[in-house]
Amino acid sequence: MACQSTRSLSSLRIEPATRWTSIDLRELWEYRELLYFLTWRDIKVRYKQTVLGATWAIIQPVFMMVVFSLFFGKLAKVPSDGIPYPVFAFCALLPWQLFAHAVGESSNSLVGNQQLLTKVYFPRLVIPLSAVISGLVDFLVALFVLIGLILWYGIVPGWKIVTLPGFILFAMCAALAVGLWLSALSVKYRDVRYVIAFLVQFWLFATPVAYASSIVPEKWRAVYALNPMAGVVEGFRWALLGKSSALGSMLWVSVIVVLVTLLGGLYYFRRMEHEFADIV
Amino acid sequence: MSEVVIRAEHLSKRYVLGQREQYRLLRDTITEAAARPFAHLRNFRSGKNGDRTVARQDHETIWALNDVSFEITRGEIVGIVGPNGAGKSTLLKILSRITKPTKGHVEIEGRVGSLLEVGTGFHAELSGRENIYLNAAILGMRKLEVARKFDEIVSFAEIEKFIDTPVKRYSSGMYVRLAFAVAAHLETEILVVDEVLAVGDAQFQKKCLSKLRQVGTDGRTILFVSHNMAAVRGICETGFQLDRGGIVGSGEINDVIDRYLAQVITRSFVEVETPSFVLNNVTIEPLNADVIKTFETIEIRVALTAKRDIGDPGMYVGILTTENTRVAGLDFKDFSSVPPIKAGERFEMGFVIDELPLLGGTYQIEIHVKDMARHKIERVANLFQFEVAETSVYGGRKLDAWFGSVGLKPTPIQKLPAAVSDETAEHRKALVP
Repeated sequence: MACQSTRSLSSLRIEPATRWTSIDLRELWEYRELLYFLTWRDIKVRYKQTVLGATWAIIQPVFMMVVFSLFFGKLAKVPSDGIPYPVFAFCALLPWQLFAHAVGESSNSLVGNQQLLTKVYFPRLVIPLSAVISGLVDFLVALFVLIGLILWYGIVPGWKIVTLPGFILFAMCAALAVGLWLSALSVKYRDVRYVIAFLVQFWLFATPVAYASSIVPEKWRAVYALNPMAGVVEGFRWALLGKSSALGSMLWVSVIVVLVTLLGGLYYFRRMEHEFADIV
Repeated sequence: MSEVVIRAEHLSKRYVLGQREQYRLLRDTITEAAARPFAHLRNFRSGKNGDRTVARQDHETIWALNDVSFEITRGEIVGIVGPNGAGKSTLLKILSRITKPTKGHVEIEGRVGSLLEVGTGFHAELSGRENIYLNAAILGMRKLEVARKFDEIVSFAEIEKFIDTPVKRYSSGMYVRLAFAVAAHLETEILVVDEVLAVGDAQFQKKCLSKLRQVGTDGRTILFVSHNMAAVRGICETGFQLDRGGIVGSGEINDVIDRYLAQVITRSFVEVETPSFVLNNVTIEPLNADVIKTFETIEIRVALTAKRDIGDPGMYVGILTTENTRVAGLDFKDFSSVPPIKAGERFEMGFVIDELPLLGGTYQIEIHVKDMARHKIERVANLFQFEVAETSVYGGRKLDAWFGSVGLKPTPIQKLPAAVSDETAEHRKALVP
């Protein structure tokens, strides 16, 4: 009789798709090992057969920082809220690259894994999710460089540094929100692949990476903060450097935007999910 | 024991034609949406106002499965046979939850493991060890479970020495063996297997078949799809035949396969052309039975129409295994000759073959048509498949890859050592028919 009850637990009914389905976090939790292995695969494979290996995770943001410091800091003399420009830029480049990488990877993830989609069942959310998480290792490597740089400039992060994980999570949620929409759309419309490239470039200009949010007029800040990465980047500066122009109200706008986009993305994704194998 | 574990009711799946093969560009959707009101306008102006379906009609739909209902009980090993496009793979995809049905539903008791492909998710850059864990996770195995079976998987795949080598350096045989070894250790209550045994060498296929059969004896339920009828007969007990999305027959597996093969033989034939001939029909039929069997008489008949005057017609017929190994070949000219044929005339050539020495399995016919007057040999691009049913030869045991494909009629001989008493020798002799 005991085995009868376990049997009924694993019973399953396969039915035509309905328009709205729940997000089913329980099933996602059951597939956590798959999430782990797919993330691990992405990380493991990324720097295979490269000479410099994980050093690339440092080289990319450092070179960006050097270029930004030279052109925006030295030549254009962009104000940086009294923070040495290299630290100011690097502090923003890291969350930006985490975000940009995660958006790119997760948006292309379903199409890139179409072999899996058409041959095995698992909650499809695992794929964009693992793509977002896999960028975290690169980020953490570069974070050490950033902390070294901050200390070298004689800045000692205060208690606010404990909020940093929150901002990292927030950046990833923002990336996932965008990634869910774009990955589900790209299954049907391959145009998305081309959209992503310039979307990310535009987005960089709309984000206070090379400049401070304080150059945006006060009354436009709430509108500016509709870009959640503005909140993330200012949050990073606040947590690590202790200074930030205009974080407070901006952060709330950003959080709400991300929540709405993320929930919308989850529902859209779940709704499209059952078609993925047929049209990818 | 006859507890139903899979119950499918009125299962149907519709595909929009072209949807599967071709992804859409946003542009198409936009231009279509933009064109729709104008299409209306055009219809309106030309007075056809009821013709709203115009825009929809370029997306034709096809029912890959149409109102399929069946029940499968625990421990049953079910073979699904049918021609390409019959809906076999669609059915397996629905059962493994990869795609959803358009109508109907299935109730399943127990975990379903699906092997629709060997080595799903293998990454070329990763080592054998890493791929075992990755692939197992994709198939739904727990990490602990894999760790426990790891050595067994490696030795089943026979790749002990290369376990830490990236799989891109593997030979294709090693790759397939590793991939199947992982899959073969999947311990779900229900196993769904698509044409995955078509790969790998004969010896490994045999090993996989016996592994699958072993899985079946543990009370697990297996659904098996293959075009290799010998494999289906070897593994399955019951089965059903799908054709154009519907179940057209079910029951004991040998009956299902025999009926299916009898239909395949008489299946209408699409004409094939070579530079000088049109092949109107190719039939490979048993003369005295319903199906082609080992040591029975068969007839191979090719109907042709000459496209130009043929001075000295001829034909070659080769029999190949599914691995394209030539088993036999016959040249018509060696047995008979045909008078000249004029352009547009239809004629037939063929052979009756007594005691067909082929064991059960799938074979292919290769045809060359000739005009020896102009020294022309034209190979027909298509191969024509036929199936030899497995019958009671060699004492009625199951014949697998070890027995090859040629049927022999051996008479055993023996010479006993002198020490054996005459009595024993008499006894042994009595065993030999």
